[in-house]
Amino acid sequence: MKYLDEYRDPALARRLLDELRRVATRPWRIMEVCGGQTHTLVRQGIDELLPAGIRMIHGPGCPVCVTPLETLDRAMALAARPEVILTSFGDMLRVPGTSTDLLSLRARGADVRVVYTPTDAVRTAVAHPDRHVVFLAVGFETTAPANAMAVLHAERLGLDNFSVLVSHVLVPPAMTTLLTSEECEVQAFLAAGHVCAVMGWHAYEPIAATHRVPIVVTGFEPLDLIEGILMAVHQLESGRHEVENQYARAVRRTGNTVAQDVLRRVFRVTDRAWRGIGTLPASGLDLAPRYARFDAARRFDLTGLRSTEDPECVAGAVLTGALLPTQCPAYAVRCTPRTPLGAPMVSTEGTCAAFYAAGRTRSVDPQPVEPRRVDPQRVDPQPVEPPQLEPPQLEPRRGAPSATAPSPAASSKGRPA
Amino acid sequence: MTLDCPLPHQERDRLLLGHGAGGRLTAELLDTLVLPLLTDHTSGPLEDAAPVPTQPQLMLSTDAFVVSPLTFPGGDIGSLAVHGTVNDLAMRGAMPLALSCAVIAEEGLPLDDLRVALASAGKAARAVPVPVITGDTKVVGRGAADKLFLTTTGVGRRIPGLIPSATRARPGDAVLLSGPVGLHGMAVLSTREGLGFESDIVSDTRPLHHLVAALGPLGPAVHTLRDPTRGGLAAALNEIAREAEVAIEIDERAIPVPEPVAAACDMLGLDPLTVANEGCLVAFVPPHAADKALAALRARPEGAAAARVGSVTAERPGRVTLRTLVGARRVVDMPLGELLPRIC
Repeated sequence: MKYLDEYRDPALARRLLDELRRVATRPWRIMEVCGGQTHTLVRQGIDELLPAGIRMIHGPGCPVCVTPLETLDRAMALAARPEVILTSFGDMLRVPGTSTDLLSLRARGADVRVVYTPTDAVRTAVAHPDRHVVFLAVGFETTAPANAMAVLHAERLGLDNFSVLVSHVLVPPAMTTLLTSEECEVQAFLAAGHVCAVMGWHAYEPIAATHRVPIVVTGFEPLDLIEGILMAVHQLESGRHEVENQYARAVRRTGNTVAQDVLRRVFRVTDRAWRGIGTLPASGLDLAPRYARFDAARRFDLTGLRSTEDPECVAGAVLTGALLPTQCPAYAVRCTPRTPLGAPMVSTEGTCAAFYAAGRTRSVDPQPVEPRRVDPQRVDPQPVEPPQLEPPQLEPRRGAPSATAPSPAASSKGRPA
Repeated sequence: MTLDCPLPHQERDRLLLGHGAGGRLTAELLDTLVLPLLTDHTSGPLEDAAPVPTQPQLMLSTDAFVVSPLTFPGGDIGSLAVHGTVNDLAMRGAMPLALSCAVIAEEGLPLDDLRVALASAGKAARAVPVPVITGDTKVVGRGAADKLFLTTTGVGRRIPGLIPSATRARPGDAVLLSGPVGLHGMAVLSTREGLGFESDIVSDTRPLHHLVAALGPLGPAVHTLRDPTRGGLAAALNEIAREAEVAIEIDERAIPVPEPVAAACDMLGLDPLTVANEGCLVAFVPPHAADKALAALRARPEGAAAARVGSVTAERPGRVTLRTLVGARRVVDMPLGELLPRIC
């Protein structure tokens, strides 16, 4: 496929992996911030092909995972109102709120609709002037411009029956928070290419300089990821800490200034709660006062909701890279995509769901790892284990439950006589 | 920094849309509710069609068609209803003898829509050819059905010597795929949601009985046949791996995914392996018969793109793995429920 095959060439992937094995002389821990990159890494098994000393830490960049519980509960309260059509991207529908999820609400009669772009939600409002259409506007800098455009579009159309429930989050503050945490062991970042395509990568330069951490803006195809890791390891091995751009075909240093203007016009920066992590200062976007009439949280009385978290799930530790999903006691036992305890097991971009879908068992990492902070400048040289071309066998630990135990009967067709 | 996450409420009292999507939720529903109430046979394989008691050469299959929209690029609910049941019979090595067709239509449905659907069903049945010998027509109140539902039941006669079953896949078998995957599901999704891929993606709905007949000379060497409809190739292979208690490994590079399907799936965050098909089949044959089976499939126009996509192994029974583009290996799990496009 033109423009895709080039980034999926197995021969080139092997050459890059060979170079990575040659370059890496010691263990390194690299975080891919974005859930889309986690998805590619796990789906393609790239992390299993890396030299044994290179460990990928899966970051908090899954928009579904970090949308705060309060926002979900608000969305469900809105969906339960008879006059409301609640529109959302598909993968938000299975995320658990305090007491239910949007799919279950739909089964009970709520008008919950999947849309593919926020413009579709505006169209729904035009088509149903007697109803009020709410769009659940979540996600990182990638989805924010289109959501802002939807608000501008609704304003142009003079719609009074359209509003957005906004809970956007911003990447750089999250990276800074991670780096200042005592639990952080990230030594380099792969920054999300599509976020940088919008916002540019100049905002990462002070982070790289202050925290002495290499940051490589990286794309989402298999070769993008491998090359991004290689570039990060090159920096780590040579003691550099710069922002480099692997995704030059899509990203400029200044980003998309038109999109940024739209964001500045419609949104304002605000403190934002991240699910499983907590409130991070200046880490989110909310509607600017000028567009308050499109704010669903203002238009409807959403007071009296009681959102309660439960300590059963350690999603926050997974989202910050302190734990692997396979180190969670509930992983693949009480927590599966069918019975998710937390959002990272729901979204296809969630680290836990990506691990589960790839058949990762708890035997991969049988012992919980004590999180620790490591300064890349103070890492003791350690020998790297021999390169591993073949991925490890997916054998479960004896007695451990399999993440992919054969399912029960799965066809509705006829039975033998 | 807090590290908490909530315990979710699990909907257990009502059907979710995902219960009908052919994945893990469907399996759960069948095992815990449908099958125990309908039949005394609570064990044994679930197949596309079943032999009629006392008449083992006759196969019976039934299927309900609830597709929305009623017409999509490459087909419509009428032709789909005929092809679906003909194919379910074919997957057990049977040629269709007769069909029944039950119509449930919603009050207010334009007669033209009903006319188009039934004309298409009639045309498809004549093309097979298979007579529609009985049926039923019901009209339900507005809102009690989504426009039009069709249910077809088919009876077929086995091709002598062909005894394909999901239970007969064996270690060493070659896994053959008769055509590209993902076309039907993406054609319907694109039309329903107005995604704009319609001009590029056309459903593969078609009858597969000629393809199966072409495999007839291989007789019992055709171990397993299955058309990967709801739940896609991922669900079909997981069902076979479970029923036959074998492991299956497929090669991502060998699986034909049309470019528009791959692009649409990339955009929506969907896995082509889990997208529905209506015009291809997987065949499991021993290695010595693989080339001959592949040649037989390729000799038919509907099997021209047939490919060997994997093989069966004995280790880790029940597991389906994929050799990825970059040479790693990952598990292909049974899809959960309905496909939910991701956020970005």
